Amino acid sequence: MAFKSEEDAKAYWSENVSLMVKLMVIWFVVSFGCGILFVDVLNTIQIGGYKLGFWFAQQGSIYSFLGLIFYYSKAMGKLDAKYGVDGE
Amino acid sequence: MDLQTLTYIVVGATFALYIGIAIWAKAGSTKEFYVAGGGINPVANGMATAADWMSAASFISMAGLIALSYGGNGGSVFLMGWTGGYVILAMLLAPYLRKFGKFTVPEFIGDRYYSNSARVVAVICLIICSVTYVIGQMKGVGVAFSRFLEVDYDTGLYIGMTIVFIYAVLGGMKGITYTQIAQYCVLIFAYTIPAIFISLKLTGNPLPQLGLGSTLADGTPLLVRLDQVVTDLGFANYTTGPRLSTLNMFVYTMSLMIGTAGLPHVIIRFFTVPTVKDARSSAGWALVFIAILYTTAPAVAAMARLNLHETIQPAGGENLAYEDVPVWFTNWEKTGLLKFEDKNGDGKIQYYNDKSAKGQELAEANGWAGNELKVDNDIMVLANPEIAQLPNWVIALVAAGGLAAALSTAAGLLLAISSSISHDLMKGVFTPDLDEKSELMYSRIAMAGAIAVAGYLGLNPPGFAAGTVALAFGLAASSIFPALMMGIFSKRINRQGAIAGMVSGIVVTLFYVFQHKGFLFVGDWKYLQDLGSNWFFGIEANAFGAVGAVVNFAVAYAVSSVTEEVPQEVKDMVEHIRVPSGVAAAQDH
Repeated sequence: MAFKSEEDAKAYWSENVSLMVKLMVIWFVVSFGCGILFVDVLNTIQIGGYKLGFWFAQQGSIYSFLGLIFYYSKAMGKLDAKYGVDGE
Repeated sequence: MDLQTLTYIVVGATFALYIGIAIWAKAGSTKEFYVAGGGINPVANGMATAADWMSAASFISMAGLIALSYGGNGGSVFLMGWTGGYVILAMLLAPYLRKFGKFTVPEFIGDRYYSNSARVVAVICLIICSVTYVIGQMKGVGVAFSRFLEVDYDTGLYIGMTIVFIYAVLGGMKGITYTQIAQYCVLIFAYTIPAIFISLKLTGNPLPQLGLGSTLADGTPLLVRLDQVVTDLGFANYTTGPRLSTLNMFVYTMSLMIGTAGLPHVIIRFFTVPTVKDARSSAGWALVFIAILYTTAPAVAAMARLNLHETIQPAGGENLAYEDVPVWFTNWEKTGLLKFEDKNGDGKIQYYNDKSAKGQELAEANGWAGNELKVDNDIMVLANPEIAQLPNWVIALVAAGGLAAALSTAAGLLLAISSSISHDLMKGVFTPDLDEKSELMYSRIAMAGAIAVAGYLGLNPPGFAAGTVALAFGLAASSIFPALMMGIFSKRINRQGAIAGMVSGIVVTLFYVFQHKGFLFVGDWKYLQDLGSNWFFGIEANAFGAVGAVVNFAVAYAVSSVTEEVPQEVKDMVEHIRVPSGVAAAQDH
């Protein structure tokens, strides 16, 4: 095990899981929330030629997914470095 | 130069490219054959994953599926479902499976659940879902050839099989990876160019993603006009009508997301990058390349649908006379994708929803005798270049793009199938003392065999071919995804739990599908009616994978909690895959 201590290993994993949970909440909100469950409410808001709910369902959710993955990837890179597990 | 010759030249050139790559990227070891040597750049792997993932269905059918069958907003299930799965892959599966560092998905399941039975169950799930999926690709190849090159379906299929045979048998994952990169470039050009021109023509905005939210020449927003046009003809409102129900859309989207994350041919692509860090970012790159098509598709859908309605009804209430139809209409009528039948004998085309109250009102007022135009989903993409009056080379490019999409996905699926046979069944379970050289030979034989079987099924598509993609996603979602996720995130799930979970997940999903589509897809054998009150909470069969997954999780957890504890060395292995460092390139035992 590449961690300095058992505590480090636990802390790394719990930070990873908590980051993941936060991002998965956003993942759920932008797709299932804005695109399906609350779509009718959001559709009352008009942005340019788009109804907002429809925009989330067919465009916005996909852009958000991209942001989420790259953010996770970057944040995990930092976390790996913090705990010294970023080596090959 | 006429279109036919041009198409032959463009398609021929892309095939020459694929074969050239195959010769250059010949696999010399099992590691190269299974995971392309494990040294693929994450951006390049992202591009290959995008081609691997986007099938003939994404390329040819999806826009039409959104625009017509799913009535606009209902099509959101595909757009969110087939992209949101990459978030799950990037965070929950890919980095850990990469750290595990072996060659196949069943291999992880076998090791994590310390059981060859679990591995064999996983191989069976993998083969059922990949084979059903590959039939669709083979059909796509045959259809694309017959439509664009005017050879018959069978000949088209043989040509496609030969091309895949050359680069997949020779190069394995290595050859497939590099051809998929080339195929991605071909297919994305072919998809976006007509879309850009259509968007320019309708809205003056060259970016289809923005064009969809722009205004038409007369100042009305495109989507407002489209809603108006379709509701006037009795169709469901384009931007707001749900697919069956909100619950159905929710479960459908979830099934497609976790099905995407559980499809073995997608997962194994992440075994080819050098490190865990690369696996995370590569999932992001894959989604970048996928999103270029997936954010364009809804624009193509809406614009092509508006175009179609405005062609048939140039001015409000004034229908086009059949003798005045544009050339593209006649061209696609020949292929059977458009069908016109003059039911009321007035020589004009009436395209409306004759089942709605509004439609019946229209019929009564105007003397219409029912909808006269049948429109196939595929036409939304295929006829685009002609509707936008683009030059012939663009039409030729669309042919090459459709073929690239079908071939790249077929190759990825065939690799997943053949490696599970040669590596999991032969090397892993039945003949463990196989040396590397013979395993490489067997993997090539398995690949050739898989191509032959897929080709046979493409030539003689079983009756259930229409329901196959749904089945593939349902099985991946209900069996493979939960087993992988629990394997990484729980140390409590043991072999009994995992096997019971996978089996019950599949059984529940399969029987729900059979219940509605007929036992083993024989239509007469359905034991309940397809529609209506027999649906579990109104959920359609295609959407049921997520329910199967819930059953899988619940059964696995329940069985594990009353049976043995997971052995210490397996718990250590779980700890080990959670740490990103210390990853060697993917390797054998």
